[in-house]
Amino acid sequence: MRSPPIPEMATQEVQLNETLAHLKTESETLKTKLEEERAKLHDVELHQVAEKVEALGQFVMKTRRTLKGHGNKVLCMDWCKDKRRIVSSSQDGKVIVWDAFTTNKEHAVTMPCTWVMACAYAPSGCAVACGGLDNKCSVYPLSLDKNENLAAKKKSVAMHTNYLSACSFTNSDMQILTSSGDGTCALWDVESGQLLQSFHGHAADVLCLDLAPSETGNTFVSGGCDKKANVWDMRSGQCIQSFETHESDINSVRYYPSGDAFASGSDDATCRLYDLRADREVAIYSKESIIFGVSSVDFSLSGRLLFGGYNDYTINVWDVLKGTRVSILFGHENRVSTLRVSPDGTAFCTGSWDHTLRIWA
Amino acid sequence: MSTTNNIAQARKLVEQLRIEAGIERIKVSKAAADLMSYCEQHARSDALLVGVPTSENPFKDKKPCIIL
Repeated sequence: MRSPPIPEMATQEVQLNETLAHLKTESETLKTKLEEERAKLHDVELHQVAEKVEALGQFVMKTRRTLKGHGNKVLCMDWCKDKRRIVSSSQDGKVIVWDAFTTNKEHAVTMPCTWVMACAYAPSGCAVACGGLDNKCSVYPLSLDKNENLAAKKKSVAMHTNYLSACSFTNSDMQILTSSGDGTCALWDVESGQLLQSFHGHAADVLCLDLAPSETGNTFVSGGCDKKANVWDMRSGQCIQSFETHESDINSVRYYPSGDAFASGSDDATCRLYDLRADREVAIYSKESIIFGVSSVDFSLSGRLLFGGYNDYTINVWDVLKGTRVSILFGHENRVSTLRVSPDGTAFCTGSWDHTLRIWA
Repeated sequence: MSTTNNIAQARKLVEQLRIEAGIERIKVSKAAADLMSYCEQHARSDALLVGVPTSENPFKDKKPCIIL
């Protein structure tokens, strides 16, 4: 039989509950204040300011190359800085490096796991990083000798406690940023495999990340299943801004080329633009007829166009300033899972569950 | 005790919200103007926006490029 609580403990319990209630009130007050501060500066809509900008003409973009070779869904791709090589990863466990001009395969690695959800090219062009259901991010140096077994030189860099969803080298081959189903992002030293910084704040799987353009400083943005997009200070590990306007998982985030804003793509079938200095969402790219989720987004070089790859197999091209769709592209025979514009903006590449990659220009 | 954990979590949330509420912001009109200005400045070099002659875009060639 339980004895009644000792009076001292009862008082402590009451005090703790009071503190908790006080903190909850304070956080509600702060949330309201945050919304008020943001609203004060909401004097106009982006598309209104953009009314005076010349409308865009018709776009003719076609598939110029098709890269065939994966045996299953393509999940991720990245461009090399040389603007012609591409690395792609697939559900079949293979990571392939292609010459996009000639469509030749230059390297192929078989990972020990299936569902390689993330891959990235090193800035030097001399290595690629990848990972997925193995919960790791591994770096493979690319050999000039085509016969060399790349798997032999593999270096395990990152270790998460759930799947790796995205990875990106920072501005050198020495550090990698990762995001994971374990709800965290992390920064790693490639050489030693040491964890340099971890980023906690998402309440569910983190699905994507993008590094700010180097001129903007040491920040990155991440998106997750908690519908939030968070902006992080890489040095301190602090979340400095957070946006929660999407109605479902955020599958892709990408910085606007100036670094002052970023776009997101979500399972709620919309893309959105968030301005970092105004600290708010400034545009939504959506249509009633678009009901399938966006898997991947990227900007054209000037930031005027936003390309979105969708689960309904299409690519929608949006006028970033006016908020209207300027083009819809067909070609893939299954979901578009990944999309990146080339480093010099001359083309963009898409990867799909139809096992292929396409280059569009 | 779970109340202690809840308090720690609640404190973290309050800290985080303080940081987010306290940042400096600019008006949307200014932010929008800057976005537009960036687009304008870089429009000419945006191949997907303005297009480039077929001869200059390696992906538009029907024949693959041979880099010598």
